[in-house]
Amino acid sequence: MPSGPKSAPTPTTEARGDRAAPRKASRRFDPHRFGPVVGLVLLLVVGTALNPDFATWDNMMNVLTRTAFIGIISIGMCFVIISGGIDLSVGSMAALIAGGMILLMNALAGSVGSPVAVVALGMLFALLLGGGFGLAHGYLITRGRIEPFIVTLGTLGIFRAVLTWLADGGAITLDNDLSDAYGPVYYGSLLGIPVPVWVFLAVSVAGAVLLNRTAFGRYVQAIGSNEQVARFAAVDVDRVKLLTYGLLGVCVGIATVLYVPRLGSASPTTGLLWELEAIAAVIVGGTSFKGGEGRIAGTVIGAVLLSVISNILNLTSIISVYLNAAVQGCVIIAVAFLQRRRP
Amino acid sequence: MSEVARYSRRLVLGAGLAMTATVALAGALGGVAFAADTVKLGVSIPAATHGFTGGIVWWANQAKAELEKAHPNLKITVKTASGAPEQANQLQDLVTVTKIDSLVIFPFESAALTQPVLQAKKKNVYVTVVDRGLTDPSAQDAYIAGDNTAFGRIPAEYIAKKYNGKANIVALRGIPTTLDNERWEAFTGVLKQHPDIKILDGKYANWNRDDAFKVTQDFLTRFKDIDVVWAADDDMAFGVLKAIEQAKRTDIKEVFGGAGSKTMVKTILDGSNPLIHADVSYSPKFIYDAIKMTAEARLKGDKLPATYIIPSSLITKENAKEFYFPDSPY
Repeated sequence: MPSGPKSAPTPTTEARGDRAAPRKASRRFDPHRFGPVVGLVLLLVVGTALNPDFATWDNMMNVLTRTAFIGIISIGMCFVIISGGIDLSVGSMAALIAGGMILLMNALAGSVGSPVAVVALGMLFALLLGGGFGLAHGYLITRGRIEPFIVTLGTLGIFRAVLTWLADGGAITLDNDLSDAYGPVYYGSLLGIPVPVWVFLAVSVAGAVLLNRTAFGRYVQAIGSNEQVARFAAVDVDRVKLLTYGLLGVCVGIATVLYVPRLGSASPTTGLLWELEAIAAVIVGGTSFKGGEGRIAGTVIGAVLLSVISNILNLTSIISVYLNAAVQGCVIIAVAFLQRRRP
Repeated sequence: MSEVARYSRRLVLGAGLAMTATVALAGALGGVAFAADTVKLGVSIPAATHGFTGGIVWWANQAKAELEKAHPNLKITVKTASGAPEQANQLQDLVTVTKIDSLVIFPFESAALTQPVLQAKKKNVYVTVVDRGLTDPSAQDAYIAGDNTAFGRIPAEYIAKKYNGKANIVALRGIPTTLDNERWEAFTGVLKQHPDIKILDGKYANWNRDDAFKVTQDFLTRFKDIDVVWAADDDMAFGVLKAIEQAKRTDIKEVFGGAGSKTMVKTILDGSNPLIHADVSYSPKFIYDAIKMTAEARLKGDKLPATYIIPSSLITKENAKEFYFPDSPY
């Protein structure tokens, strides 16, 4: 688990000095902070008005469970964007991790006796692979001095192409008895709440603590706010950046671990456009695209908001299906407007 | 080059017995036929981005391997593109660099590829267009396609008959395209004649398992009494089945996919899922048929009929065996 570089001699007072005062003030008074919440509440009211089934517990759990993948990735993405970076490859990465772990589990099924052990190994592999991919991005960006946009655009193509090749253009499917052993990770629930929602909650809390209560979180914000100043303040910028990409990779790994048991398969359409959804969730949630500042809670709400829109559209038929994407676009822009910063 | 290497590797792995048998047979025939001049056939198809196009690529390479073995004077070049502009560029390369004299093309988009194909035809390339027609039919010598109307009509007739003209249906649609519209109109057109069959709603799930799962979850929340789900695609049917299983709904009697993928046909053959009873064929094998027909006609100097529609048929337990190709990835 990434932790802050403990050897930094002085805290980043310089980096945050000019920003600390206005941010404190905005934390107390800025109504725009609540834009995403207002947007979500409005959507919930609209949804309930249009179809009473919307407000049922089952539907809520459906929506939260399917949000879990994008939500968990968004939390990792939040760190990367706050540090001033971007990762376009997360959807393809999830697809490749899914394919890789299914192939591994199918191969192990013969030699390792218990399906549960096979699944556990598969999960571990997914997390390691995700972390590895993330760190590889980090190295190329920090040591290789390549723009994150280009590095991750490159791997977006690479990951998906490799998966398509592994799958022969079709689907990679998990063996049946493994599927049964693995199923509860997506379909099971604890105290009436599905497992993926618990994991999403845990990752959110961990992310919020890491961002707001640790040196690492402060360094991430300092770097995104002004990388040069952070460097002068003896923050090990390269290391912190490397870790943010590694962290995002692990988040993608966790999301994939939850995703695979849903359908028990990976295909070239797995994770398609997840990167845009994750980035949208982060930005709609009030994180600055320029970096420096961001909120985990906002990101979580942003992710939920995006899936609520399509849920409402599926539960009603007042709008032509041809216009679904337009409705989504309008809501995203409206919510972004609600939480805009004053110039 | 690497692409060629990749394909040959795939073929070595996948082709197996069926190929050897066909090659032996074709080799015997090839000895008799009089060799025409060399035919250089270019094949331009979409890259394998989902199950169906994966099948297209596999069948195209299958055709290349079999036909080149059978006809030493035939050279087939397969190119895959991930978008219309790339396909247009590849088309130019095929004409100017590879110097093809025949072309089998599965166009990404009708309108965008019409001009590039017309340019190729002006250079005396014999053009067979597959699946999607061009906007200017004079750009093609022959047109070979699957039957999209039947793709929608057959499941509708099947459902109407099996449920005695009374059922609640929810439907999934693919991606907004003319192809999807043709299927949808054929499906709804038949069911209009049965006033007691209600299509509760139809939503796009992009021929994608995950989207199908989500849309079905929401359908299940919204409608308490559903008899049949028309998934309209075997990949989407997969997501539909998972969503029904999760919701533990017992009102749904049947899920009808489409295209006749390997796993779906196997399910029908084995009767292994109580919700799956039938399917409609729309096999990516039609690219194989198109290449074979074009190559053989060109070798003999013949022409193909202007339009050839490969019929779609209802797949049930009785005839499923004819539609089962275990080596194909789809």
